[in-house]
Amino acid sequence: MTDYTRHLDRPTDAQRQLITPEGVDLRINLGSASQRASAFLIDAAFIVGIMIGVTILYVLALLAMTSASRAVGINWPRGDYALQILSVLWLLGFFLLRNGWFLGFELGPRAATPGKRIVGLQVAMRNGGRLSADALIARNAMREIEVFLPLTFLAYNAGANVDGWIVLLGLLWSGIFALFPLFNRDRLRVGDLVAGTFVVQAPRRRLATDLTQRRSSMAPTFAFTPDQLDVYGVKELQVLEDVLRRNALSAQRVVADRIRGKIDWTPRPGESDGDFLDAYYAALRTRLESKLLLGKRRRDKHDTA
Amino acid sequence: MNPAPFTAELKSARFRREREEDWRRLEGLLKRLETQPVSKLSDEDLIALPVLYRATLSALSVARETTLDKALLDYLEGLCTRAYFVVYGARPRLSRRLARFFAADWPTAARALWRETAIAGLLFALGAGIAFWLYSRDPDWFYAFMPGKTAQGRDPSATTEALRKVLYDNGPHDILAIFATFLFTHNAQIAIFAFALGFAFGVPTALLMVTNGCLLGALLALYAAHGLGFQLGGWLAIHGVTEIFATCLAGAAGFHIGWTLAFPGAKTRTEAMAAAGRRAATLMAGVVLMLAVAGALEGVGRQLITNDPARYGVALTSAGAWGYYLYVPRRRRKAKALG
Repeated sequence: MTDYTRHLDRPTDAQRQLITPEGVDLRINLGSASQRASAFLIDAAFIVGIMIGVTILYVLALLAMTSASRAVGINWPRGDYALQILSVLWLLGFFLLRNGWFLGFELGPRAATPGKRIVGLQVAMRNGGRLSADALIARNAMREIEVFLPLTFLAYNAGANVDGWIVLLGLLWSGIFALFPLFNRDRLRVGDLVAGTFVVQAPRRRLATDLTQRRSSMAPTFAFTPDQLDVYGVKELQVLEDVLRRNALSAQRVVADRIRGKIDWTPRPGESDGDFLDAYYAALRTRLESKLLLGKRRRDKHDTA
Repeated sequence: MNPAPFTAELKSARFRREREEDWRRLEGLLKRLETQPVSKLSDEDLIALPVLYRATLSALSVARETTLDKALLDYLEGLCTRAYFVVYGARPRLSRRLARFFAADWPTAARALWRETAIAGLLFALGAGIAFWLYSRDPDWFYAFMPGKTAQGRDPSATTEALRKVLYDNGPHDILAIFATFLFTHNAQIAIFAFALGFAFGVPTALLMVTNGCLLGALLALYAAHGLGFQLGGWLAIHGVTEIFATCLAGAAGFHIGWTLAFPGAKTRTEAMAAAGRRAATLMAGVVLMLAVAGALEGVGRQLITNDPARYGVALTSAGAWGYYLYVPRRRRKAKALG
């Protein structure tokens, strides 16, 4: 029986379908557990850093006000407006930072906190729909049990007033929530489950040059026979592309020698590894793409199609 | 076969060359939309955006079948995904969303969760009742419900005069704003925590409801034993109506997700959870607002109003207002027009 799907790229484990209303699958990639963790740690560092900075400023302002009033010789009243406003702002600021940092940034047009942006992630609805405020509230309110609950148990442990066994049980119990993303295919946090969201990769890629446009003056002197081109498939072509784009000379030497050996290529005088690989890449891509136009995708070198 | 030198431009390279400009324009538009509001874009750009998006999307489909340039495919996939979220993820203006929240979403969520709210209220009342009953049998039970710090000297050994003083002492009257803000942020954090705990099948949320009820019951029993029950009622109710109501709603939001996790019903568990979570979150946004009101009533109102009938008056008014706002259905027309 003919396998009609064989010409399609198989989705990898971290790839998910997202079919637009126009009927195109965007094949988005899930953020990995390690990316998620580093994004969170970056955000946490931002939050704690801001909290510390603001607190220092607050204390400095209080000290300045106290010494100023002393200098004038008045007994500074506790209910002074400036003090009240400062303190209210400080209290509200803490509350907003803890509960609003993630929510506020994820409500923005990039649907990502600074940590997620740095790592290259964004939040999206699992059904591909519009990311709504209620979903983001649900998503981030759940951090209370994922982050603060385990921290509370750790703090109990430090306090040493509570039986060690209770702390251990509590840590195990709250650890289920914290480590939830490791136990499901879609890397969902508890918050993602409750909100119907997931976190996907949203890297900002620049349009790189087409390697076939990069031709040296020697290019016309390279000519490969079909047999020389038929030793490889799409997978090898893309590995070669990667090697060329990374521009690592040592890797290019290894790859060029490997290919020369495989296709019995006698180097032209003055032929450099880069020139050879560029030319072979262009020729191989031309060959594979013309086959592709006829509906034949040669997946890799073992593919006999 | 004679080896042919490679000279002609690839079809896929030409395909890219002819469309590249459109892709870059789309990329530029997306970048601008991420940093500035939609209103800053010219009409021409706004009309171009969906056109460019569809052109790029179709280029992606073609490229997948014709080109093997991995970098190009990755670029197009990333660009299309970004554009998709911008084109289909556009949200109405903030003012509009807020209007909709107050006019429709919040009361609707509260009404939809009336069963959970009733259960939370009953658990709270149960806790209060148990604590009251236990105190009347043996006042030492008080210490079981009120840890030392919370009691602030209000315990069975206190004199009637001392207990009365707490009720009418106008507190830290010179820093009322700070006091009110502290009460608000503290209570709101606990409410959010109670909601999140609902995920553990609602069990910790239920415990929180009962223990909070116990605090109230123990305090009521203590004051009632000194003949100050009515006065304490006013002291508590002026903000307590709003605060306890908000607490019950937060508990209800927690029960809703816990219950749905256990019994998702006809939908799949993940679908049911997503719907329940969003409904509960809408209610939680309302709860935080209610707690801000409660914080103001407790931190400022209670310290300034030291007259019992006036305190009861505020309590009744707030009960009526919340009850009317959240539970009396309004005509749907207005809500729909805002939708």
